[in-house]
Amino acid sequence: MERALTFDVVRRFPRGPVVSARASWPLGSAPVTVLFGPSGAGKTTVLRALAGLVRPDAGEIVFDGETWFDADRGTFVPPQARGVGLLFQEYALFPHLSVAANVGFGLHRLPRAQREARVVELAERLGLSDLLRRRPGDLSGGQRQRVALARALAPRPRLLLLDEPLSALDAPTREALRGELRQFLERSGVPAVVVTHDRTEALALGDRLVVLVDGTVRQIGSVPEVFSAPVDAEVARVVGTENVFPSRLVRRADGLLVVRAGAAELVAIDPGGVEDEAYACVRAEDVVLEPPGGHESSAQNRLAGTVVARRDEGPLVRITVDCGVKLVALVTRASAERMGLAAGRPIAAVVKAPSVRIVPRRA
Amino acid sequence: MDTAALALSAKLAGLTTVTLLVLGLPLAWWLTVSRFRGKFLVEAVVALPLVLPPTVLGFYLLTAFGPHSPAGRAFAAVVGHPFPFSFAGLLAASVLYSLPFAVQPFAGALAGVDRRLVEASHTLGVSPLGTFFRVTLPLAWPGILAGAVLTFAHTLGEFGVVLMVGGNIPGRTRTLSVAIFDHVEALEYDAAHRTAGLLLAVSFAVLALVYALQRRPVFPWNER
Repeated sequence: MERALTFDVVRRFPRGPVVSARASWPLGSAPVTVLFGPSGAGKTTVLRALAGLVRPDAGEIVFDGETWFDADRGTFVPPQARGVGLLFQEYALFPHLSVAANVGFGLHRLPRAQREARVVELAERLGLSDLLRRRPGDLSGGQRQRVALARALAPRPRLLLLDEPLSALDAPTREALRGELRQFLERSGVPAVVVTHDRTEALALGDRLVVLVDGTVRQIGSVPEVFSAPVDAEVARVVGTENVFPSRLVRRADGLLVVRAGAAELVAIDPGGVEDEAYACVRAEDVVLEPPGGHESSAQNRLAGTVVARRDEGPLVRITVDCGVKLVALVTRASAERMGLAAGRPIAAVVKAPSVRIVPRRA
Repeated sequence: MDTAALALSAKLAGLTTVTLLVLGLPLAWWLTVSRFRGKFLVEAVVALPLVLPPTVLGFYLLTAFGPHSPAGRAFAAVVGHPFPFSFAGLLAASVLYSLPFAVQPFAGALAGVDRRLVEASHTLGVSPLGTFFRVTLPLAWPGILAGAVLTFAHTLGEFGVVLMVGGNIPGRTRTLSVAIFDHVEALEYDAAHRTAGLLLAVSFAVLALVYALQRRPVFPWNER
């Protein structure tokens, strides 16, 4: 049987919502799974249930063939015995201990020499070597995050859980650390589950997206898949951006960036931090459809293509255009009728450069 | 100066404090983590000595542990002498009487420790007991110290329970506060002044220490 994480977490809150989330994914490929959804969707409840910090009211959790929780059989493996690493939202570093003692906290079963060696090793990997004697109170937000990561990874967990790992940081630090964190998660070789309500964070960190709305899992899939093909209107509203294209940097000039997505080239504003791979994101309502054939316009992106699908949604129509990539546009029904938008119709899709949002993604 | 009474009071207060650290900390911990529905009843029992006249507690203790009661006979069989008018009896009564002065600050201090730190410790593989000693206790110790000091000061000044259970046997059960009562009854105002003044000074110093400990960030990790 393939190694997998499977859960069915049911938790009722007094006078509150019910979380009833079930999902399953393989542990081998795609290292980072993002639990994504608006606040109150039950993401943190699921994460805490995986860590063993809350006992669900019903359901089961099976990790790599090992039952961590089974309500029917009364099985509950305590957090100590699960071998998970948890990164708390505010990092929850022990304020009375030095950085070294924080990192080595979970290594109490190792002999002293091995424990110290492991602390030094992690400190080097995370760039903490000069901070080992400091206390968490003296550290910057970014440094605290790295200490928390080192502490969680020190006992060699089998699963790493991260609760809103970047939300405790100020905006510039967050931007800078997103790529770094992604890189680190990938290299650590430990399957990770990241909880976030932030779209950019989900795009920058995740390989797989699990969308939670109102306590239930609505969709699981690769990041671009979920963004470009949400299963229903609610997921579409939550993920917000219909067009998410894995892309590569082609060139940069004058603060602009040209990326290749599929067979198309897109011009966007350079957000900084793009090395090679990135996601190019365009909201469907920002795409203008025009008859083919050129005319002068201020828009940087004018992509010729063909309508491949049309879906009517009340006063709006969702048009999918194949113009080297599959681009989704949201237009009014009146416009769609006037232009005769139907499958097979040649068309040009127009997108202004500021409407193409680039999320760097370091590999 | 009643050196014998002073020594006895100090010994009683010291032993009461140690006993309450040993018994009160687990009780306080249980009060902070337990989800037992009848917990409020336990909390009420712990707080009872705050409102009960010491004579009531002393009276019940005497009745329960008198030489003719089963509990009293058991006490005498184990300890070797009867409960009333003994130091051991005095200690037991003091522990009960000072219970809220120890347990309430302990519980407050333990509850003040960030729950996430405890959870972090659990996910790092440390047992609940290990977490208590490695995380909770080091972070809660100012409050625990405050509770211990309060217990000591409160026991030092107690009177009613001591008189009811211990009587007034010099060197055995005659504490400072009982000595003052004696002096006043005998119109020895000079002696009463000296003893009362000492008790006042010690009590003030102890309380000043408690408040100073709670206010000042003497712990580097409290500074930001």
